[in-house]
Amino acid sequence: MSQIFAQGLVCPLDKNNVDTDQIIPKQFLTSVSRDGFAEAMFYDWRYLADGAPNPEFVINKPEYQGASILLTRDNFGCGSSREHAPWAIQQYGFNVIIAHSFADIFFNNSVNNGMLLICLSKTNIELLFNRCAQGPQQWQIDLQSQEILFGNNAAMGFNIDGDIKQRLLSGLDFIGSSEQLNPQIADYEQSRKASQPWLG
Amino acid sequence: MGQSSSAKTLYQKIYASHVVGKLNPSTDLLYVDRHLIHEVTSPQAFSGLKLAKRSVRRPDLTFATMDHNVSTQRRSLDAAGETSRKQLEALAANCAENNIPLLDLTHPDQGIVHVIGPEQGLTQPGMIIVCGDSHTSTHGAFGALAFGIGTSEVEHVLATQTLPQQQAKTLKIEINGELSAHVTPKDVILAVIGQLGTAGGNGFVAEFCGSAIRGMSMEGRMTLCNMSIEMGAKAGLIAPDETTFAYIQGKAHAPKADHWQAAVAYWQSLYSDADAVFDKTVVLNASSITPQITWGTNPEQVIAIDQSVPAPSSFADATKRDAASRALDYMGLVPGQKLTDCNVDVVFIGSCTNSRIEDLRAAASVVKGKKVAAGVRALVVPGSGVVKRQAESEGLAAVFKDAGFEWREPGCSMCLGMNDDRVEAGQRCASTSNRNFEGRQGRGARTHLVSPAMAAAAAIAGKFVNVAAVNDKGDWA
Repeated sequence: MSQIFAQGLVCPLDKNNVDTDQIIPKQFLTSVSRDGFAEAMFYDWRYLADGAPNPEFVINKPEYQGASILLTRDNFGCGSSREHAPWAIQQYGFNVIIAHSFADIFFNNSVNNGMLLICLSKTNIELLFNRCAQGPQQWQIDLQSQEILFGNNAAMGFNIDGDIKQRLLSGLDFIGSSEQLNPQIADYEQSRKASQPWLG
Repeated sequence: MGQSSSAKTLYQKIYASHVVGKLNPSTDLLYVDRHLIHEVTSPQAFSGLKLAKRSVRRPDLTFATMDHNVSTQRRSLDAAGETSRKQLEALAANCAENNIPLLDLTHPDQGIVHVIGPEQGLTQPGMIIVCGDSHTSTHGAFGALAFGIGTSEVEHVLATQTLPQQQAKTLKIEINGELSAHVTPKDVILAVIGQLGTAGGNGFVAEFCGSAIRGMSMEGRMTLCNMSIEMGAKAGLIAPDETTFAYIQGKAHAPKADHWQAAVAYWQSLYSDADAVFDKTVVLNASSITPQITWGTNPEQVIAIDQSVPAPSSFADATKRDAASRALDYMGLVPGQKLTDCNVDVVFIGSCTNSRIEDLRAAASVVKGKKVAAGVRALVVPGSGVVKRQAESEGLAAVFKDAGFEWREPGCSMCLGMNDDRVEAGQRCASTSNRNFEGRQGRGARTHLVSPAMAAAAAIAGKFVNVAAVNDKGDWA
């Protein structure tokens, strides 16, 4: 069974330890809205000091306009817990990020926004960067079969936590799923009050 | 996980005691004992709640402060700009509407969320504590499982007082022996991060143990746990002991007299069993740690102050080589250079890492009777109103002011440049904060992470010095 989660152009961001301050600098965090962060993504790398786009930065290159799959390396999203980071990336148009590893909080924040984050071995990440070096790539991501489809029957498998896969496929409401356990939450609160009354 | 089914680590004990139910085969719903909120990561969560017609389940377990966006130069909501004012007002309105206690700018105890939590007695052993801020790991110093969450999770906790979680792996960091003079918990955690790397803790909860940890004050333990996130660990933990209990007793939200004995009895059960098995163990000798300083643009790019800046070619890993080369370029450094030859432009003593009374005492002891070097801008930003008053009553504020430091109101200040304090492009800053990322303190700012004593010494000398290498005259070689 196949279910295409996403398809589109791949943008290779050949960096390690891309931190949340790079993904979205602090001056954009004073917003009270959940929207409007696309322009702020990778701000310090994407724009020159005078505000003009930096032609050297990969995101700005003509061949990667409209990309929806981001390829990067180790420990992507390290640093702060700001959910503005995945918001900016998603609002720019990326719904899939492929990397060797992600920082934990960034990973959870992205999944909570319905994004698919794929972790691959360093060897496979290298293979994907090699593909990108040959020219712009259009890939499909089959979440059901857990495969990246390159076309011409070429594919690469990936692992994903079963619970996360289920959440992404079902699109269930994050809070709503937990609220189904409301009776257990109430029970827990009662026993907590009895055994540790100082907690309130 | 463990060899015997009954042996558990501290993390596993706290996790198990908070399971409300199972959501999926590997996902548990955990109860949250304390939810701390601040202005930056909460407004969208409150809007989401309202949109879905949900209410805050436990406002009595929720606690708010203003810290990231506030000006530490003057106490008005608009002092750090119009958008900051709107965000601060949104927090005040959301707290008022939902009956959530808020330490706003008019409150004498207002301060950085990870300073005030412990100070108010909100942070207690065995709790699960969350906050929309990665440095929530700080509270692990009390033997609480504390970690940073995103805004969707803030909304989830507001609505249900729970959070879906999966069990993390366990990492034991054992530090034995005694720290040398002028070597602080900040140097210890920088050395640990240097060894493990910024991603070395990904997927793990780290427990610090060993004789060096037992000898540390709560302030020192908080500095250690605060920066656990800088190696990617989900949380840092230290088993509570008499030092912990003594710190908590009498605090505003600490268990009252009628529950105190029961609470302490429970807290005393919070330790990793002797035969518990950790997924990974690291052992360090405290006496081998010397004052540390970062040279690059992430906290693993760190050396002892008497070492030279490394050459990219010295890294075996190609990606680390590349990162080192980029970092040197950004930092304006060359391989082989001594940081003790580098002048500093700005000195920042503050942040949730190093703005507590003990940090200020350490810095003041270095500064006392001396003057900030010409051309250096130096500021001390106490972590809270409580710290500020204490420092003033001990005469520390006078020491700083007499030396030429700016003495500020509490807040996050120059740690992240979200307010009216920023390091300018190309300026070199000795900072007691936690992140030396590109642009963190301002676009083009060059951050070197150090301990409060090292930062204070840099302010006096006008350049980085080895604070441990003090001569008879009280100066540095």
